[in-house]
Amino acid sequence: MSQRFGTFALVRLRAQFIKEVLSVLRDPRSRMVVFVPPILQLLIFAFAATLEVRNVDIAVYNQDAGRWSHELVQRLDSADFITRVRHIDNRAQLHELIDRGVVIAALAIPADFSRTIAAGGSGLAQVLVDGRRSNSGQIAVAYLSTIAAEVGAEVIPEAQAPTPVVVRHWFNPNLVYRWFIVPGLSGILALFSALMITSLSIARERELGTFDQLLVSPTSTPEIIISKSLPALAIGTLLGLFMVSAGVFLFGIPFTGSFGLLLASLMLFILSVVGIGLMISAVSMTQQQAILGAFAVGVPAVLMSGFATPVENMPVFLQWLAQAIPLTHFLIIVEGSFLKAMPASDILASLWPLALIALVTLTMATVFVRGRLQ
Amino acid sequence: MPASAAVAATPQSTNADAAAVVIEDLDKRFGSVQALRGLSARIHYGRLTGLVGPDGAGKTTLMRILTGLLVPNAGRVTLAGYDVVQDNDAIHVASGYMPQRFGLYEDLSVMENMRLYAQLRGMDANRNTDLFDELLDFTRLGPFTKRLAGKLSGGMKQKLGLACALMARPKVLLLDEPGVGVDPVSRQDLWRMVQALTDEGMAVVWSTAYLDEAERCESVLLLNEGQLLFDGPPQKLTAQLEGRSFRMEDVGAERRAILTEALDLDSVSDGVIQGAGVRVVLREGAQTEQIQALADRAQVRLAPVPARFEDAFIDLLGGGPSGTSRLAERLPPVELGSDIAVSCRNLTKRFGDFTATDNVTFEVQKGEIFGLLGPNGAGKSTTFKMLCGLLKPTAGEAQVVGHDLRRATGAAKSRLGYMAQKFSLYGLLSVRQNLEFSAGVYQLEGQTRRERIEEMIDTFDLGGWLSAAPDSLPLGHKQRLALACALMHHPPVLFLDEPTSGVDPITRREFWTHINGLARKGVTIMVTTHFMDEAEYCDRVAMLSRARLIALDTPDTLKRAAASAERPDPTMEDAFIHLVESADQDDEANA
Repeated sequence: MSQRFGTFALVRLRAQFIKEVLSVLRDPRSRMVVFVPPILQLLIFAFAATLEVRNVDIAVYNQDAGRWSHELVQRLDSADFITRVRHIDNRAQLHELIDRGVVIAALAIPADFSRTIAAGGSGLAQVLVDGRRSNSGQIAVAYLSTIAAEVGAEVIPEAQAPTPVVVRHWFNPNLVYRWFIVPGLSGILALFSALMITSLSIARERELGTFDQLLVSPTSTPEIIISKSLPALAIGTLLGLFMVSAGVFLFGIPFTGSFGLLLASLMLFILSVVGIGLMISAVSMTQQQAILGAFAVGVPAVLMSGFATPVENMPVFLQWLAQAIPLTHFLIIVEGSFLKAMPASDILASLWPLALIALVTLTMATVFVRGRLQ
Repeated sequence: MPASAAVAATPQSTNADAAAVVIEDLDKRFGSVQALRGLSARIHYGRLTGLVGPDGAGKTTLMRILTGLLVPNAGRVTLAGYDVVQDNDAIHVASGYMPQRFGLYEDLSVMENMRLYAQLRGMDANRNTDLFDELLDFTRLGPFTKRLAGKLSGGMKQKLGLACALMARPKVLLLDEPGVGVDPVSRQDLWRMVQALTDEGMAVVWSTAYLDEAERCESVLLLNEGQLLFDGPPQKLTAQLEGRSFRMEDVGAERRAILTEALDLDSVSDGVIQGAGVRVVLREGAQTEQIQALADRAQVRLAPVPARFEDAFIDLLGGGPSGTSRLAERLPPVELGSDIAVSCRNLTKRFGDFTATDNVTFEVQKGEIFGLLGPNGAGKSTTFKMLCGLLKPTAGEAQVVGHDLRRATGAAKSRLGYMAQKFSLYGLLSVRQNLEFSAGVYQLEGQTRRERIEEMIDTFDLGGWLSAAPDSLPLGHKQRLALACALMHHPPVLFLDEPTSGVDPITRREFWTHINGLARKGVTIMVTTHFMDEAEYCDRVAMLSRARLIALDTPDTLKRAAASAERPDPTMEDAFIHLVESADQDDEANA
């Protein structure tokens, strides 16, 4: 007999690969997973979501009629981040405005403010901040203190010398928020598309009953895994590259690293995610379970990856867990490649954990799929 | 309201004129599809009315109109005197409806489902414990009140559905295909319950694609493609066929060849295999000469037999398909090293504490059609799955054409074909892409691959559908495509898992024509089925009950064993029930 029954046969692999690609492209659900999120994320994250504080209102309760309080209020009036300065004349109103969420912060200037400064003392003003919006509030306070410092510099112009600290941000000198978020998005986009495509793949076949048909054919488990990995790998890589080029060409973020290394890391990263997706799919009985499973894994992975909060701020146990998340390592590589011309040796330091995770997840996926035969 | 007359028809009344349901000139369209056209009929109290027809005939559409879930495009329907469109709220009180798919909450227990249903009907669940006990007793679900509905067997689910539909004491009970996926023993239970209800004066509508079920109804509405073909007692229709049904007795090994020849005669409109015999129906006005000549040549006796409802149905639709399988003609004869195609020894499968298959041993000859039968949950599918390599046995071994499924998995798998229930095809791929996928997975390349695909397209007449989605095909074509995919690599062994459930009798005959042809070429067929007519096609039948093999013999021998004084000529269904019940009695005696 001329047929071989080895673990791999290219004919079988090709037939399954064509089937998978057609299934992903023709299934409305998969199509949505592939095409809608990139556009939405591009619009939402890149244009709307930002950590900067803009367009806020500030209340000012000024009891002082002197020069320095006037100077301070005027600077507030012309500050970019404030839409409107609300001048009020009693303390109750000040509380009410904060309570109702109309203003994010309120400044109360005491009656002796200018007099104290004129007497050579330090003028004190009270800042009340809405603690319900703690992040934006803190940033607003920082802006306000900068303004206060400027007024202070004018009081004693000759005291230029003790200017305390000058901060210079490396790699992103103007702290442009998008420079940080867009490279990270390429990873998140690739993560979710690969996770969804693979987690739907086996569950879809199980719903149709075709998975049994596949299992009774001479095809081997590694073939099933490979044929289901390749479309996700291709689509995930394309989406990742789409986001990277949007960063370079649309947002003008400087790309200073090695493109080849970034591509290799991207593909390794997606392979490790594919393994997770196939594990989810192997244990799901329906596509609905698979989608829920993908989100149950995907969302915490993003939150712990260092995209939103620095990994170093987490408890030690979670820091260890974060090392097992492929996105953690990929974010280091992609952000490094964009902004700081990360040297190859540093990339390799994050690349080998990715390779290890991919090896483990893909092996486990094979075991899980084979486990369905018990 | 004109309703009063019908509503006044209380149970036990013998007022046969008061119709429970009146249907007048009913039309229903879905887009361009005409689901029902010009339907007029009456359904009476105290009677079991069968709503009969193949898939897609409009049975479910009619049911849903009767329960007020769909609004007709034209015509008028009253149920228990209420108009289904205008008095929609009253319909829900007057009717009980059991949908085709299990309509209860799988994550609630039997009792919780019943309480919920009672509350939905506005009843106080705490005050109705008597009613609950009565329903549980009636459905024999009493011991299972704490079990989750999702964990019940197919037959028990139907009984629970029935209990919930009966909760509000409806005047009209509508059952949508209650017999699907239910083994003969549970089905017999359902019949018993429905009989008791009609005796109390309730109108019961039982929709079905199984024609043997239709025969048990007191009255039948026969639908085909949205039109009413027949309305009346089934005996009336069957009587028209009197004198046209014959059986060639004890034809033996040649029966498949004889059936093919018989079906190709001008005078024969339909024929099936019954155990060792061949049953034929002659065309209207045809003489017995041709079939008598065939019987003489085969040296067998030709005996007249009573007509069946199924004969009449096929006759109304213009007869069954021809007897020659173009598929089998093209396939090369199967050559095997050994005469044993499939075998298993001490096959056992345990899931935790539960033994699904217990020490099953048998051998299947090359070219044999081998049936696996058993009640729901008897271990039939588990055994079947181990034989085709979908499950790994806990102990024992299974072989396909001499290859052990554990060791030479790839070699064994490339020698078997598999067709699953509901024809598992890739819905997102076109017909041609499905064929190409099957060819590829079974490692067909280049010239062979092209030839095989063309061969299948030609044999099964799929040329006009190549770029269509499988789901858009007519049922018959869909079945042909599934068979084409399973046979692309010319396997010597073919596994069929409930291949014709929910399929109309004509499509089913076409399917069996191919299967008979394949068996004559030496292909071994392994089949599981709930359908007793299909068991008749088998050379031998293995009966499983409670995980054990309780009988293994030819259908005729099994039927003979079930014969008794009051039932001298038992059907396959009688034999099934007899075997399962006597096995249960043995178990109890040993316990």
